[in-house]
Amino acid sequence: MTARGVKGDGEVGGGQETGAPLLEVRDLVVHHGQLRALDAISLRVLPGEVYAIIGANGAGKSTLLRTIAGLHHPTSGSVLFDGKDVSGLRPERRATRGIVMVPEGRRLFGSLTLEENLKVGATYARPGPWTIEQVYDMFGWMRERRGQLTAQLSGGEQQAVAIGRALVANPRVLLLDELSLGLAPVVVQRIYGMLPQILQAGLTVLLVEQDVSQALRVASHIQCLLEGRTTLEGRPADVTAQQVEAAYFGMAGAAQAGRAGEGSER
Amino acid sequence: MAWVNAIIQGVLTGGLYALFACGLSLMFGVMKVVNLAHGDLAVIAGYLAIFVITVIHVPVLWSVVIVVPAMAVLGYVLQRTVIQSALDRGVLTTLIVTFGLSVVIENGLLEFFTANSRGIGAGMTLVTGSFKIGSQIYIAYLLLLIFAVAVAVLLGLQYFLSRSRYGRLIRAVADDKEAAQLAGADYRHVFGIASAVALATVALGGIAYGMYSNLDPTTGTDTILLFAFAAVVIGGLGSLWGTLLGGVVLGVAQQIGAQINISDELLAGYIVFLAVLVLRPQGLISRRAQN
Repeated sequence: MTARGVKGDGEVGGGQETGAPLLEVRDLVVHHGQLRALDAISLRVLPGEVYAIIGANGAGKSTLLRTIAGLHHPTSGSVLFDGKDVSGLRPERRATRGIVMVPEGRRLFGSLTLEENLKVGATYARPGPWTIEQVYDMFGWMRERRGQLTAQLSGGEQQAVAIGRALVANPRVLLLDELSLGLAPVVVQRIYGMLPQILQAGLTVLLVEQDVSQALRVASHIQCLLEGRTTLEGRPADVTAQQVEAAYFGMAGAAQAGRAGEGSER
Repeated sequence: MAWVNAIIQGVLTGGLYALFACGLSLMFGVMKVVNLAHGDLAVIAGYLAIFVITVIHVPVLWSVVIVVPAMAVLGYVLQRTVIQSALDRGVLTTLIVTFGLSVVIENGLLEFFTANSRGIGAGMTLVTGSFKIGSQIYIAYLLLLIFAVAVAVLLGLQYFLSRSRYGRLIRAVADDKEAAQLAGADYRHVFGIASAVALATVALGGIAYGMYSNLDPTTGTDTILLFAFAAVVIGGLGSLWGTLLGGVVLGVAQQIGAQINISDELLAGYIVFLAVLVLRPQGLISRRAQN
């Protein structure tokens, strides 16, 4: 499977020909009760990359992101950040080290104003380029509406605030969970359009997206999950639409690609 | 004129009830903890004040400077240990644990301080004195002071919650503690701060009650906790100024009841409490309306 070999990813414990990963997940197994939500997932996210996890509902994408953020405890496996094992750290400690997540459904603080939401995000910020002013500069409309409660904002605006709240913490890796959920396509376009600007400031992004075409457009590397397993991995340019479709839906044609993906991970 | 007097006395007593209630409301609003030991902790504060006044000979009012911070520290420690470990097992567990705490405190107080009731600052002009308006209305200095303290405490709380960094974190954690964690906030620590603030306010309530009336080991549950509950429910759960409104409504109802028949004082208060529960269960000021 050529897609896999391109960046040397997946060779766990193997060569470092493309540099040290900023974020690495090794053989992660996560259970929700009896259900095995993630089954030996591994990934390596290099600095400056936009790494997209795609997959259908229930594939385990959000679970993966939440486990990296520290909100779920893995049954086994580990999460390494900047070479150090952070598996035992609480979510807030991971955030202050630079792993910051924009959670699914935005999860803004409803009784706080827009500006207060950003201030909470900035409370334990690492030193870095992002300030509340910077966020206001990026999203021009925010400045004059900063006193409003976030419930009064539209879905897209709320998503922008959620991203802003994460940015002001000055993350090193930004985890984006289903940005497009419940938003109009135009709005999704606009939000993803901000990505280059965010990356310019030296961020690494790991995102989960159900909208495959959107993910393929922005990502430098994609990984497809199906029922908790990796079924496809590679650079968007190196995978065909058929491969993606097969990996996404788990059809017979995907079997080969899927096995290739798993094989090198184990 | 007697009725006007009853209403004035009721309003002033409402300040005392607000001091009982605002900490209870804060802890419920932030942590969803119904602290059944709330009243007993107020009594501990009162006994602590008696201790520092009689043993260390601190002037009566200055005891506040020692007792309030001490209770705040106790609040932080209690939250980070007993209450947090109960919370981790589910919100209902906190009911059982704080009830247990209440029993332990009451029996501990009985053991060390006997069942005798004690007052704070007996004989002081502040405690016994009053001034007269017209021919029939006497206003006690103490009640007026307590009312003023209650208003100051609520203003302070409002300022703290809306303007300070920790106040903002407390509101954020109350909204969504997971999202707060993702922003780097240790919600356990924030809970601890909220408890510290809550116990600081109830410490004032306990000392005020010790001056206004008498404290004994069971005052915490049979008076302070019940009145605090009534004030919170009447005023509206989670609403800060609702606790003052609730306290005032409760106080006025009690005084009017007493005016009708001296033995109906408590009954009248609880009738209003029940009426609000039936007719307006969200309380007179609901949190939603406040936003």
